[in-house]
Amino acid sequence: MWDAYLVASTVEDALGKLAQLGDSGRLIAGGTDLVLQAQRGECPARAVVDLTRIPGLSEIREQDGYVVIGAAATHAEIAASPLVRTWAPLLAQACASIGGPQIRNVGTLAGNVVNALPAADGAVALFALNAQVEIATLSGQAWVPIAELYRGVGECTLDPCAEMVTAIRFHSLDAYAGCAFQRLARRRVLALPIVNAAVVVRVDEGTVSDARIAVGPVAPTPFRAAAAERVLIGSAPTAALVAQAAKLAARDAQPRSSLLRGTATYRTAMVEVLVRRALTTSLDLNG
Amino acid sequence: MAQLSFVLNGCPVCASIEPGDLLADVLRDQLGMIGVKVGCGEGECGACTVLIDGKAVLSCIYPAPKVAGCAVTTIEGLGTSDQLDVIQQAFVECCASQCGYCTPGIVLAAKALLDANPQPTREQIMVGISGNLCRCTGYYQIVDAIALAAERLTGGEP
Repeated sequence: MWDAYLVASTVEDALGKLAQLGDSGRLIAGGTDLVLQAQRGECPARAVVDLTRIPGLSEIREQDGYVVIGAAATHAEIAASPLVRTWAPLLAQACASIGGPQIRNVGTLAGNVVNALPAADGAVALFALNAQVEIATLSGQAWVPIAELYRGVGECTLDPCAEMVTAIRFHSLDAYAGCAFQRLARRRVLALPIVNAAVVVRVDEGTVSDARIAVGPVAPTPFRAAAAERVLIGSAPTAALVAQAAKLAARDAQPRSSLLRGTATYRTAMVEVLVRRALTTSLDLNG
Repeated sequence: MAQLSFVLNGCPVCASIEPGDLLADVLRDQLGMIGVKVGCGEGECGACTVLIDGKAVLSCIYPAPKVAGCAVTTIEGLGTSDQLDVIQQAFVECCASQCGYCTPGIVLAAKALLDANPQPTREQIMVGISGNLCRCTGYYQIVDAIALAAERLTGGEP
């Protein structure tokens, strides 16, 4: 599979080791995707650098109004984190629906992001949270909006031989915000989503003041349903408005027919259903 | 070839591994832990479940070098043929095993669950073993067995 397995002790150490390896190196955290890619011959890495022993890298903390999640934090740690469950329950829910318990004990949210698959439940929630991703190189670090990391199906804009995700952050949702995560799959565990949707909304004085609707995997990358968001903002939240927004979200979807996930027609119809349910829950319109 | 040291079922061990070796292969082929079953070999079925520092992981997709310094538990570490572990005994009594191939992984997933949550609801038991496939039993007896083990471990029923 690979000829060397290196363990990094700090972020600088990881980036230094990567630099020495040139094209043949890759970072590894849980490896739940990378090991399979390597076995199938889809990953050219001859050496991997393990980042999970870097002290503090799996921390989940609150800082300056943000929830900050370290790159080595696993889905299980995020799903169980009181901080995430309080300030971004949709992310806890999304991470709890990935794979099965054993996968969640090992796989990381940062891995979800760098693999750039539009199905990744955690990443779809991050789109709705307007998350930023901290990218470290040997010359420094910067926070980048999550959408900028996506180029296409499985294509991350990151240079895997020189750049490293070190953390993910987003603003805590306050008491005035509502959120929801919805997922449709063939079964509840170890099944990739047919459609997933994550929603964050805010209502001030009877009017929707913010609406963020993220949908996957019905386009090459997770995306925000901009037309649906626009129709919600500035209006009073009603069932009719939610139905209209859900229709608009479905219009933005471009799913392919797939033996695994169903026909494009079905999946488009399900985008409407899932967005409607997510909005209804997050706006508390269940009656 | 590199030396890998970790604690296996309570005993310190050392194995010579290649950097690309996977944990399931090292445990089975080098250390004789053939209770570790490789079903799908791609992290879908749960048969290869082992505990690393108490957490259930899939050893068939787990890089072996990662367990350096960790405590690994396989089914061999859970009781003996004379004195079964409480969970194993409950599996016997509830007929929770048929062909048996998935059983080591499910017993270990159950152990991880009960260690973290000694009094799980039936729903929590189902989530706890949701990463493990069984093609024989239909799961009902397995859930019964884990519920029985939980009762016994928390000092309830017989």
